[in-house]
Amino acid sequence: MRALIAVLLGLAAGPAAAALEVFACTPEWAALARELGGERVSVYEATSARQDPHRIEARPALLARARRADLLVCTGAELEAGWLPLLQRESGNPRIQSGRPGYFEAAAYVELLEKPAALDRSLGDIHAAGNPHIHLDPRNLLKVADALARRLAELSPKDAVYFESRHRDFSSRMREAIARWEREAAPLRGVPVVTHHRHSSYLLAWLGIKQVADLEPLPGVEPSVAHLAKVVEQLRTEPARMVLRVPYQSPRPSEWVVGRVPGMRAVELPFTVGGSERAKDLFGLFDDTLARLLAAVRG
Amino acid sequence: MVRAGKCAAVLAAASVISLPAWSQEADIRRLREEIRELREAYERRIEALEKRLREAEARTAPAPVPQAEGPRAFNPEISLILQGTLARSSRDPETYEITGFAPSGGEVGPPRRGFSLAESELVVSANVDPYFSGKLVAALTPENEVEVEEAYFRTLALGGGFTLKGGRFLSGIGYLNEIHPHAWDFQDAPLPYRAFLGGRLGDDGLQLRWVAPTRIFVELGAEAARGRGFPSTDRPRHGAAAWSLFGRLGGDLGASTAWRAGLSYLRASARDRAFTDHDSLDNDVTQSFSGRSRLWIADFVLKWAPDGNPRATNFKLQGEYFRRHETGTLTYDDTPVLRFGAVFTDAYSSRQSGWYLQAVYQFMPRWRLGYRHDRLDYGSVYNAIVANGLGPTAADFPLLMTRHNPTRRTAMIDWSPSEYSRLRLQLASDRSRFGLADRQALVQYIHSIGPHGAHRF
Repeated sequence: MRALIAVLLGLAAGPAAAALEVFACTPEWAALARELGGERVSVYEATSARQDPHRIEARPALLARARRADLLVCTGAELEAGWLPLLQRESGNPRIQSGRPGYFEAAAYVELLEKPAALDRSLGDIHAAGNPHIHLDPRNLLKVADALARRLAELSPKDAVYFESRHRDFSSRMREAIARWEREAAPLRGVPVVTHHRHSSYLLAWLGIKQVADLEPLPGVEPSVAHLAKVVEQLRTEPARMVLRVPYQSPRPSEWVVGRVPGMRAVELPFTVGGSERAKDLFGLFDDTLARLLAAVRG
Repeated sequence: MVRAGKCAAVLAAASVISLPAWSQEADIRRLREEIRELREAYERRIEALEKRLREAEARTAPAPVPQAEGPRAFNPEISLILQGTLARSSRDPETYEITGFAPSGGEVGPPRRGFSLAESELVVSANVDPYFSGKLVAALTPENEVEVEEAYFRTLALGGGFTLKGGRFLSGIGYLNEIHPHAWDFQDAPLPYRAFLGGRLGDDGLQLRWVAPTRIFVELGAEAARGRGFPSTDRPRHGAAAWSLFGRLGGDLGASTAWRAGLSYLRASARDRAFTDHDSLDNDVTQSFSGRSRLWIADFVLKWAPDGNPRATNFKLQGEYFRRHETGTLTYDDTPVLRFGAVFTDAYSSRQSGWYLQAVYQFMPRWRLGYRHDRLDYGSVYNAIVANGLGPTAADFPLLMTRHNPTRRTAMIDWSPSEYSRLRLQLASDRSRFGLADRQALVQYIHSIGPHGAHRF
């Protein structure tokens, strides 16, 4: 018994007890928290790029981490509605309850696209607040970074200067990178594409890429053969250059369509940090995303 | 940048005053005065510039107006579960019994034959204030009654990993107990739940849970409850009639596998827990148990999904082992029948156990296959009324004294067009009754309306 307690206490102590414990719901917010928090935060990434953020289970490991967290950094806009409320309720951690400083929702700080006109589930798994995949427009990352830096400073005032200087550094690097990406992405403007789920709406809106069809008949509803056939039919009259998918999706629907429409390519975008070899951080994420899109356009 | 300019100006002024050879005090004063004026002028300009800079920054990046963070669709969140079955069974569900085990009084039998509506669940929940949240689960039964399944408050701000729950709630013992039937992988509860908990344990009381601040999931919980139903009996008394303790461990095994294992203990007391059986001449007789009931449950669940992404395929293995020890007295009353025309009361004790193991595999999006095996072990029963040999014999206790190990095998396949709807086909071979096999087939639908309910692990 005594040995067990010793083991538990040892586990409890952990290596970085002094740092602010950040529980990031998705890899992009984990990456942002690391950019802003440096070594003064210890970041736990609740999901990986290979997991669909809509379909995560509140597994015991997540509960244990939520119990220790000083700050939850999540997307909001109902993206994590299937699992995060359970972690908040069951963890016995008052710091991370909604409305407390330890609960940070990135979607609250940006303008959301695709707000549904009607809230009816016959329209698919729609999010009342709008499309929650906001991080693929890097200009949104700047806004979220502003708010997150303020929040980190609020939670750990002694590190406020440190967070602010990292925030300035990140923002200026990101601004430069955005200017560079916008120059590089010029050939993508107006290019017609098909997507598999509306995961890239912000990316497309930012770069002026035109979405002409979706492999999902309705948001969150798996592509059916009947719907795919309809998409192929549509593409014969209104051609598109590529089908975009993300790592957690099956490649089969996009390959099926590409195999039936000559001149089209299936492109797997990294979607988030860790989604590909090159997408090691937020900058690599966009470098790789653009490289893949440009390679597909140049054919 | 601006500050650097200011420093340069001050340095320049300083070099000016160091150069002159004349050192009349008046001149020094004048120079000091000039420097002061220069400095003030610069500071005013710097301030003005900084103000313009701030204004310009504010114009280019308007401060985002933070929207409310947290659920904002509805307050309170309301959801509704609609369920129903189309069932057939080779034995009449009205005659259902688990031979060898005292009836729990719960609705544990198979669904009625033909079309039938199951309970519709209405769930209303919201945060009460920064300190409490509240939840109501009301079941609208097909008999047009409303049952309060759960109605509880829960603390939000206790801290230290503690959560206190009070009201009526499903007990935290075991694995399946806290999960609502619409989220079960089979239409019905496994045999040990039916025999030892009357389906499942929900009671009025208090629950305290604590999650340890460790990387591995450690949770401990304790409950004190009224003892509203099986295995306790409801009666007016101060304090609690039922106590339970539970502990759980859980974690990840790599990126693809997650597990949880738990141990629970329930201590209940019963007084005149009555049921009707028939004696060897087929007369109805009343038997009742008074005494103490102790139940241990060991449970585990293991979930696997490639890279932890359950969207396309996933696998779930789950099992629980129950062990119950009851000691007290048994009363046998056949006064209305006038066979013995007496009431016998004597010592009774039993040690019985049961388990189930089930596996569910989602082999492609939307489609899942599952298999479950349940078994109860009769164990050992001591009935002093029979042992004395003065009145009723074992044949007069067909339910309690028939050595029978009930088993059931269940297979199911379900199809979920979306997260909110599910259609299930379930086949079972049920040997709960001694010597009789009941072949059951049913189709079940489950639809949920309202906000996305978060499901437990």
